[in-house]
Amino acid sequence: MTKTLLELTVNGEDRSLAIEPYRSLLDVLREEAGLTGTKKGCDVGDCGACTVIVDGQPVNACLMLAVEAQGASVQTVEGLQPGPDELHPLQDAFMEHGASQCGFCTPGILIMAKHLLDQNPLPTDEEIRFGLSGNICRCTGYTKIFDAIRTAGRRMAAAKSQSVEA
Amino acid sequence: MRRFEYHEPATLEEASRLMGTLGQGAFLLAGGTDLFVEIRERLRSVAHLVNIKRVPGLDRVEWSDRDGLRFGALVTAGQLEASADVAARYPNLHAAMRALASIQVRNRATVIGNICRASPSADSIPPLVADGASIETFRPEGGRSIPLAEFFTGPGRSVLEPGEIAVAITVPPPAPGSRRAYLKHGRRKAMELATVGVAVSLDTADGICTGARIALGAVGPVVLRAPQAEAILTGSRLDAATIEAAARQAMQECTPISNVRSSADYRREMVGVLTRRAVTQAMEQAA
Repeated sequence: MTKTLLELTVNGEDRSLAIEPYRSLLDVLREEAGLTGTKKGCDVGDCGACTVIVDGQPVNACLMLAVEAQGASVQTVEGLQPGPDELHPLQDAFMEHGASQCGFCTPGILIMAKHLLDQNPLPTDEEIRFGLSGNICRCTGYTKIFDAIRTAGRRMAAAKSQSVEA
Repeated sequence: MRRFEYHEPATLEEASRLMGTLGQGAFLLAGGTDLFVEIRERLRSVAHLVNIKRVPGLDRVEWSDRDGLRFGALVTAGQLEASADVAARYPNLHAAMRALASIQVRNRATVIGNICRASPSADSIPPLVADGASIETFRPEGGRSIPLAEFFTGPGRSVLEPGEIAVAITVPPPAPGSRRAYLKHGRRKAMELATVGVAVSLDTADGICTGARIALGAVGPVVLRAPQAEAILTGSRLDAATIEAAARQAMQECTPISNVRSSADYRREMVGVLTRRAVTQAMEQAA
């Protein structure tokens, strides 16, 4: 089958990938772009392990063709770090709280939590629950995940108010 | 994913022509959140996908006092959920959007895709049927407008003809004093298909119910209205005894089946509970 040239931005970097049009964005990110941080859990949109941000919106990368990301800007868990030796506040907080057990759900939850905190740095438990309702953790680690998200949110809100004052 | 040929028509004419010439193995792609699952689980044999996302003009949500709400075939559930007009004027539709799958799925899934899939448990259908929505279609020989209540012919089936494409939903503006609610019942709160879904749309004036529409999801081959229960509410002051009588009547007007999600008896029982709660909740809203 003829391949299509897919041009998109992944984590701020321009990429050109020759791909078959029937392949999912998830498969292309993992197998062609070499970004295996995004996980394939259920491959039918139920588990949220493949959550990435496409043009500002979190989506299941398994429920989207790669060709549909033509010209789009995609952010994966690999793009969360602000710099090479620096972690995102969520990543720091997940480590501190032990919010990752087997780790398979973690990339999707980090992306979804980032989207939530970017809009609402101090969410209520109900808002966290609503925001993460498309992400399943089967190690039953939700308590620590919630703790980590609240910690990261407080730090992000504090950093934001500091930068406003400065 | 299994292989298929991929098409990106630029116009509805081209999309419709492709669907006609490619034949039975051709499927329209809008959101894809159902279709890709069906392809992976081999529920559908897809030889051609015709993606209509490049067709201009189908991605807007519009509101006007005169014509009400109109949204195109590419409008996602997330887009409708975020619409202030929908939240303020169609709280039943807004509630249905928030209850549909997950944020990630809602950012891809189109509302019209959810409708055309014609599942009796689809969250988007009961509020739109209760609110008197119509579906506009494109056909090469001329499109048509079909009342949503007459659109479905069975589970997964609608009156759409081969090559006919659903392009927009229109919903009349709510009358002054109108109250609405949608309640979904399932085994869990998120990522769930409705065991029962009940939408109500009530018109009121001076404390009297002047019109009532009740739509019942997942308790029949298509989303059903409950006309006799509606008649009980109409003309009343919507006191507790009248609401209870209407809820009991709605239980008689549904035709549920037993399946993996629930028994028929439980569904019928929940129709009564949810109808009572939905009418009560709708009346608790500020007019």
